[in-house]
Amino acid sequence: MQWNSAGEFFAMGGYAFYVWGSFGACALLMLAEPFLAKRRLSEVRQSLIRERLADELELQQKTS
Amino acid sequence: MKQSIIQWFKFGSPQAFYPLAGRMIPWFWAAAAAFGIAGLWISFFVAPTDAQQGEGYRIIFVHVPASWMSMFIYLVMAFWAGLGLALNTRLSGMMAQSLAPTGALMAALSLWTGALWGKPMWGAWWVWDARLTSELILFFLYLGFMALQAAIDDPRRADKAGAILALVGVVNIPIIYFSVKWWNTLHQGSTINLTKAPSMAHTMLWGMLLMALCFWMYSIAVALTRVRAIILERERHTDWVKHAVE
Repeated sequence: MQWNSAGEFFAMGGYAFYVWGSFGACALLMLAEPFLAKRRLSEVRQSLIRERLADELELQQKTS
Repeated sequence: MKQSIIQWFKFGSPQAFYPLAGRMIPWFWAAAAAFGIAGLWISFFVAPTDAQQGEGYRIIFVHVPASWMSMFIYLVMAFWAGLGLALNTRLSGMMAQSLAPTGALMAALSLWTGALWGKPMWGAWWVWDARLTSELILFFLYLGFMALQAAIDDPRRADKAGAILALVGVVNIPIIYFSVKWWNTLHQGSTINLTKAPSMAHTMLWGMLLMALCFWMYSIAVALTRVRAIILERERHTDWVKHAVE
């Protein structure tokens, strides 16, 4: 290991902005994308569940 | 042999693929996390300081995997789009549509990390170099594919139009890949080169490969999640979808 302290690690030999800017952007986008994909899936699921409940309710009203 | 072909056709239907994808997703997330932890450990704690670029070279561990994936995802996307165009299978178009945003994200990351690497090493965020320009075109191809599909209301027609764009755009992939050989560019040549100092090249190579595997597993996991959403959106008026959600 080439780091003597945490400060040295975060300084990245003077390239902190460039190195952390790169890894940070990757981390940010690669956390945001799965979050958005999962939200899209749960939104369509929720709307399908609502639709089915509405259908069942309608059926109940017709039969009663 | 026949049995296996039937299996492929079975999972080629959205109805069969939807639950299968759901079962596969956690495994790809687990693999992405494992490769990511190992890759980051090597990137920051095992790979030594570079003699020329100091610590700045560590950008390579995200830049190269993102660039590889941006090209590879395009090929897979074009493959699915082409298959859908040729065989008119429903799932193919959904797969292509699901891969495009992830590919665009990888291309964006490739350009972003490249700019952050170019500035300290070349003194410029951007140059109109063959490699950089062709990667930018790739990013625009992804955006164009997504915009074209979003602009057409009928999903089957959107798939067809998108497929033609995706297939024409494939010509850009070898251009990106060979650009550093064909033209005299500022971008350095292929990074995988085992003729350099062996210990250095090996830890760098391992870090890069592990990070690439992490990005690969990530892409599969997120694309499968998105394709599940697309399947439900497009098939929402079928009977099986009504019973698939609890």
